[in-house]
Amino acid sequence: MKRLWRFFPALPALMLSGCTVDLLQPAGPIGEGNRDMMVLEWAVMMCVVVPVIIATLIFAWKYRASNEKAEYLRNWSHSNKIEVFIWGVPILIILVLSGFNYWSTHYYDPYKPISKEMLAKVGAPNAKPLRVEVVSLDWKWLFIYPDLGIATINELDVPTKTPLDFRITSDSVMTSFFIPQLGSQIYSMAGMETQLHLLASRPGNYQGEAAQYTGPGFSDMRFRTIAMPQEQFEAWVQSVHNTENPFVAKEALDAQTYPKYQAPPAVSNEVAPKPAPVLYFSNVQSGLFESIVAKYNVGNNAHGKDSKPMGDMPMDTHSDSQMAAPSNTGM
Amino acid sequence: MLGKLTLSAIPYDVPILVGTFIGVAVIGIAVLAAVTYFKKWGYLWREWLTTVDHKKLAVMYVILGLVMLVRGFADAVMMRTQLALAYAGNPGYLPPHHYDQVFSAHGTIMIFFMAMVIMQALFNFVVPLQIGARDVAFPLINSISFYMTLVSAILINISLFVGEFSNVGWLGYPPVSELQFNPGVGVDYYIWSVQISGIGTLLTAVNFITTIVKLRAPGMKWMHMPVFTWTAFFSCIMILTTFPVLTVSMALLALDRYVGMHFFTNDGGGSVMLYLNLIWSWGHPEVYILILPAFGVFSEIAATFSGKPLFGYATMVIATGIITFLGSIVWVHHFFTMGAGADVNTFFGIMTMFIAVPTGVKIFNWLFTMYKGRVRFEGPMNWIVGFMITFSIGGMTGVMMAMPAADWVIHNSLFLVAHFHNVIIGGVFFGYVAGLSYWFPKVFGFKMRDVWGKWAFRFWFVGFYVSFMPLYVVGLEGMTRRMNHYDNPNWHPWLLVACVGVFILAAGVACQVIQFVLAAFDAVNKKPDALDLTGDNWGSGRTLEWSLPSPVPHYNFARLPVVRGLDTFHIEKELGRPAPLAELEPIHMPKYSAVGPVLGACALVIGFALVWHIWWAVIAGLVVSFFTVVHRSANLDIDFYVPVEEIRADEEAFAKRLAAAQAAE
Repeated sequence: MKRLWRFFPALPALMLSGCTVDLLQPAGPIGEGNRDMMVLEWAVMMCVVVPVIIATLIFAWKYRASNEKAEYLRNWSHSNKIEVFIWGVPILIILVLSGFNYWSTHYYDPYKPISKEMLAKVGAPNAKPLRVEVVSLDWKWLFIYPDLGIATINELDVPTKTPLDFRITSDSVMTSFFIPQLGSQIYSMAGMETQLHLLASRPGNYQGEAAQYTGPGFSDMRFRTIAMPQEQFEAWVQSVHNTENPFVAKEALDAQTYPKYQAPPAVSNEVAPKPAPVLYFSNVQSGLFESIVAKYNVGNNAHGKDSKPMGDMPMDTHSDSQMAAPSNTGM
Repeated sequence: MLGKLTLSAIPYDVPILVGTFIGVAVIGIAVLAAVTYFKKWGYLWREWLTTVDHKKLAVMYVILGLVMLVRGFADAVMMRTQLALAYAGNPGYLPPHHYDQVFSAHGTIMIFFMAMVIMQALFNFVVPLQIGARDVAFPLINSISFYMTLVSAILINISLFVGEFSNVGWLGYPPVSELQFNPGVGVDYYIWSVQISGIGTLLTAVNFITTIVKLRAPGMKWMHMPVFTWTAFFSCIMILTTFPVLTVSMALLALDRYVGMHFFTNDGGGSVMLYLNLIWSWGHPEVYILILPAFGVFSEIAATFSGKPLFGYATMVIATGIITFLGSIVWVHHFFTMGAGADVNTFFGIMTMFIAVPTGVKIFNWLFTMYKGRVRFEGPMNWIVGFMITFSIGGMTGVMMAMPAADWVIHNSLFLVAHFHNVIIGGVFFGYVAGLSYWFPKVFGFKMRDVWGKWAFRFWFVGFYVSFMPLYVVGLEGMTRRMNHYDNPNWHPWLLVACVGVFILAAGVACQVIQFVLAAFDAVNKKPDALDLTGDNWGSGRTLEWSLPSPVPHYNFARLPVVRGLDTFHIEKELGRPAPLAELEPIHMPKYSAVGPVLGACALVIGFALVWHIWWAVIAGLVVSFFTVVHRSANLDIDFYVPVEEIRADEEAFAKRLAAAQAAE
């Protein structure tokens, strides 16, 4: 099965150019799983689709009205043999695919940590996961590294061969957090925390995007995902602490400064809003992510644990009376 | 006085819209002037606008659907040209504010005001004739259904020139459609257009379920019903079970926006997940509501043009029933990426895959209908062959997306966009166009020129592949839908190809327009070989509608037919028609009524006033509607009898035409 994708270049995409077809050339085990499933289904379905198309063309040609020689059964409309065949074959195929469906949905479940098996395969059986908290904003992405005390906007830097544990929320509308070459995407929703586990097996600079429409700034709500070996990543973390670094913000990201970065850019009817520039924060208040989730739940964290609501956290910059409703949603 | 409506709501500074407005105004004034010049207002009002005749309503539905097809297609051309241009720093010619409205309008119009409308046209024209009924069960409600559909289409087009349309896609996902993020009137136009058209659709479903259950001709058992009627029946059942969900979702969204409630807001206990579940538990059945009647059309056409009965009639009916059931329990596959547990995702994934079984069975059935037949490739049959090839590919990509582990990367991508256009164009649209050309001679009594239909098919077939295969590729390259501009060099060449494709499709649309214009031209000139004298235009019709003269008299059947089995008309042609049992009797028919147009006008006023918060007009509209209904309820003069002399004269004229046609052969 792992070899199947080699046949996929039949698609003109690869034949025409040497460019990257993100989903067919993934850079991690999750993406590879997504691709294998896609290619497997494609291959199995082709076993029916191709014969059907050929039969359609053959029957249409052979039984055309002008072909007087072809047999003509003007009242024939039933055959038990054919009925068994036309129900049996699709059921069989779907049963096989259902087995793969069950297995792959569980094996590649985005909520499941990267398995030992996958880690062994990339040659890092004992790698410790890196936690990243993702907040989608209008129209940019905030990445908080809670264990490192740093954060970035519109750039996700990660070490290769390290499990990436994402916790995702939104401080605006719903969208979807997606790095095509690494694999699966998951929605980000305000007041809720979703999870995603990915792994980059080789260094690279991958496109990341919002995969659900968010408003006028949607098209520029993108980020680069830069995967690099562990040593380089550590060097990068150091560079975030370097005040000379032009990308580093001059202030910490905390309850007071957050609204400034959270605020959407100016919107006009004539042009797209300006994309947000890449920015690093060398210092992030701990518990910021939890408080962003909590502010839509009247101060309670969605999970009920790890709850560190910040009393002075401004509720929302968008509008008036946000916190009218009484209690927790229970989500 | 005028609520939120001010002069600044008129976008006179946007050249594209001003140009469109001038175009629409010129055409509109020309049509009105022509009607006035030829003194046709009285005729139009008496014979068409107040009609309750299902056949005339069908014609009006078709006209509405085709006009909206052109509107929705113009949106498609704008999107494809924008994406061909807006690469590497070039902003293109449509800023997000405008572009986002264009893709939202395209989806909303193509589903609600093109596909649903043409579907209802087919129901209206075909179902009563196929089951041997003289009209639908509730003719006046049928007229009201049409007017609800019409005014909601008008409302959505008013949004072009007064205010703005929704910018959040055809399903209006919150929270981005909530007041907090979307304070304009665009989403309100969307909500009220959908609500009003939803009333019409729901009434249509009630009407046709009743018609099919109660008004079948004597002797027509369930398993004698033509397949199109079966598919219409199942489609109406789905409408009845799911459209109320749409109405509720829209109502809750409206409550959020109008009175500050918190159903789908970020805060206050609202949940976007609730909306997604609600809207898709309507939205997924909706695509089956659309495709089932197309399957019905293909079944009729395949049998007629293969000169054989449909292969596996019972299988076809069972498969349709299974699709109806399965189609209602798969909605979660639209958001496998929302973070549901693996067991939930697996259940909905496998259920979705299983829909491929009855659908595959249907494809095989059409295949074996052609097998050992005498297949004639006249216009309608072309679309079937194109459909079977295209739909198989669309079904394949659908099964690919049904596997959550694969869907997690192609969700919301242009791969998805390519997939649903693959099944909606290749299935629904091909089916409806085939149906329109198949029954056109029955509606009007003359034929369209087949050659233009064939060219339309060729352009649509090739154009589809050129437009949408590149979208599969950019989807695999990670391009997400609804982007306004991009800078990925891998995507650009494919989007250029797709843009070429849309112009090939435009050539197909042009051929269809020419086909209609030439047909009207032939009709006006009474071109002799364009007339359908026998009523059985294709020579091999199998179902009851082909036993009637074309065009069909307003009472449909002079004598109610006695049904002796499946494909009644075919049996009659084989065995000879039974001698009429009874003498002609006067036929009881409903009178035409102005209630439909009056209620429609009220709904338009109410919809527009709700959008702009003009509360006195909302109340006025409701009051007038109420008294219209009261007045109608008290009116006892609502029916009449068609005199025997008229029916006999019609019968004799038809007999003469039949004899002349036979003599000519």
